[in-house]
Amino acid sequence: MLQAVDVTFGYDDAVVVRDVSLDVADDGFVGIIGPNGSGKTTLLRLLAGTRTPVQGRVTLDGVPLASLHRAAIARRMSVVPQETHLAFEYSALEVVLMGRYPHLGAFAVEGPADLAIAREALGSTGTRELEHRPFSTLSGGEKQRVIIAAALAQISGHGPGAPTFLLLDEPTAALDLKYQLGVASLLRSLHRAPGLSVIVSTHDLNFAASLCRTLVMLKHGRVIAAGPVDEVLTSSRIRELYEVDAEVARHPRTGHLTVTPIGDGDRA
Amino acid sequence: MKPLAHRLWTTLLVFGSLAAAAILLGPLAGSTSISLRNVFDRSIPFAENVDAQIFFVARLPRTLAGAMVGAMLASAGVVFQGLLRNPLATPFTLGVSAGAALGAMLAITFGGSLAWLGVPLAPLASFIGSLAAVAVVYFLASARNRGLSTNVLLLAGVTMNAFFSALILFVQYFADFAETFRILRWLMGDLDISSYQPLLTALPLVIVSFAIFAWLARPLNLLSLGADAAESRGIDVTRAQRAAFLSASLATGAAVSVGGPVGFIGIIVPHLIRLLVGADHRLVLPASALFGAAFLIACDVLARTIMSPLELPVGVITALIGGPFFLWLLVRRT
Repeated sequence: MLQAVDVTFGYDDAVVVRDVSLDVADDGFVGIIGPNGSGKTTLLRLLAGTRTPVQGRVTLDGVPLASLHRAAIARRMSVVPQETHLAFEYSALEVVLMGRYPHLGAFAVEGPADLAIAREALGSTGTRELEHRPFSTLSGGEKQRVIIAAALAQISGHGPGAPTFLLLDEPTAALDLKYQLGVASLLRSLHRAPGLSVIVSTHDLNFAASLCRTLVMLKHGRVIAAGPVDEVLTSSRIRELYEVDAEVARHPRTGHLTVTPIGDGDRA
Repeated sequence: MKPLAHRLWTTLLVFGSLAAAAILLGPLAGSTSISLRNVFDRSIPFAENVDAQIFFVARLPRTLAGAMVGAMLASAGVVFQGLLRNPLATPFTLGVSAGAALGAMLAITFGGSLAWLGVPLAPLASFIGSLAAVAVVYFLASARNRGLSTNVLLLAGVTMNAFFSALILFVQYFADFAETFRILRWLMGDLDISSYQPLLTALPLVIVSFAIFAWLARPLNLLSLGADAAESRGIDVTRAQRAAFLSASLATGAAVSVGGPVGFIGIIVPHLIRLLVGADHRLVLPASALFGAAFLIACDVLARTIMSPLELPVGVITALIGGPFFLWLLVRRT
C-alpha cells in the first residue's frame, strides 16, 4: 500500500501541496483531479519519491520513502510524465530498456531476460512493431505508449506478492480523442495485472470517471473530497472546484458517470 | 539489433584499431621520412637506429599527446552534451577550455615560485580553471532545471570565452617577449611536445576522469529523459550530475594542460560517432574517445605537413574543420 500522511510541499515560499493524506490500496485505481495549478503533478512526484515533502511523509508498505534506496523505490513504482523529449536519437526499444536501470548493477549490461521483459512491455502497449523506430519520429500517442512500456518494464520481474504502482501525469493532455480512448482502454487492461495499482492525475473529469475507482479532488493543493467516484463527482463539488455549473449523470451506454458543464449561454 | 555486449566489442575493436593505426602511422609523417620496418628492426641497436630515435624520441610523444588530448576533449564533449541535454555543448563552446587555459597560463607565468611544492602545477591549475568555468555552467543549468536551451548555452559560452580571453591577455602582459610567442601558439591549440613528461604529469587526471566516465555512461542515457524522469527510474540525479561535471572538468583540464584549448573536437567527434553507433552512451563514450584520439593525430599530421617545413598549431586545422561543421549543425537544428 502507498500512503501519504499530512504531506506538505512548496517551492520558494509558495506552498503547492498542503496537508494531503491519501491511501492507494494494492490493485487500486486512483484519479487525482483538479484544475491546472492545483498541485496534481507535485502530488504525483511526492508519491513517487522524486520530491521530498517538507512536512508529513509518504510510505510504501509502511516504510517511509525517505529511508528507501532510490533504485528500490523505482523497482516498485514508475512514473509516466506528461511529455517526454529525448536529447538524442534513441530507438523505442532502447527507451524501454532504460526502464531496467534499477534492476542492474553499476556496470551491468541488460541481458536476455531484460530484453524479454522490454519486448513484453512493448507488446502489452501495442507498440511491438515500433521497437526499431527512433523515438523522436513517433507520434504523440505512440510516444506515450512507449513511455508506458518503459514504465512497465521498470516495475516488472518481481517475485509474487510485491504490489507495484504506475503513476501517470495527465496521460491524455497532449492526445487526440482517439488516442485518449486508446490510453483509457490500455490502462484498464494493464490494471488487470495482479498487484498493479494505477494512479492518474488529470483535469479531464470524464476521463477520470470512466476509468478510476476512487478520486481525490485537489483545489489549491488541498484535498476537498476523496472516495469512490460516485461520492466525489457531484454537481456541488464540481461547482466548488471549477466554479461552473455542471450536470452529472450516468451514461446509458457506458455506465460511467459523465459531466456536462453548463455555461450561461447554454440554457435551452 | 545485436545485444549491447556484442556491439560494445565491435565498437572497441573498430575504433581501437583506428586509434592504434593512427598512433603507429602518425610519427611517420614529418620532414625526415622514416620507415616503420627500420623503427622496429631489433637487429640494429637503438643508439644507432636513427629511424627508431626519430620515432620514439622526437615524434611519438607528440603523437601520444594528440591521442590523449583528442580522447579527453571528445569524451568531455559527450559528457557535457549528455549532462546539459544539448548536442551543441562542448568544453570549447561552454568556455570551459578557456577557463582551463587561464589556469594553465597563471601556473606557467607565475608558477615558478611555487615549483618547490613539487606539485605538477600546470594540470592542476588547468583543472581548477575548468572547474571554475563549469561552476558557472552548473549554476546556470540548475537555475533552469529543465536543461539549458541552445540560446542560453551559446550566449553563456560566448560570455565566458570573452571573459577568460580578456584575463588571459592580461596575464600574458606579464610574460616576457620570448615566452609570449610560445604562449600564443599554445593558446591556439598546439601539440608541440618533445618529451613524455607532460603526458605523465597529466596521466593521473586522465585515469580518474576515464574511471568516472565508465560509471557515468548509463546514467547519462537516463539523464537524456530529463532530470525528473531519470530520478523516477532510480538514479541519484544530483550525484550523477556532479560526477559528470567533475569528470568533464578533469578531462578538459588534463587536455588543455597538454595541448592548449584545441577547439571543436568535442563537437565534431561525438556527432559523427552518434551517426555511426547510435545514441547509447555506453557505445558513444568509448568510441568517441578512441576516434577522438585518431582524429586529432590526423589533424596534427595535416598541421605538420600542409605548409612544411612550417608547422601549424593543430588548433588551426580543427577550427577550419569545426567552425563550418558547428554552423551546419546550428542551421540544421533550427
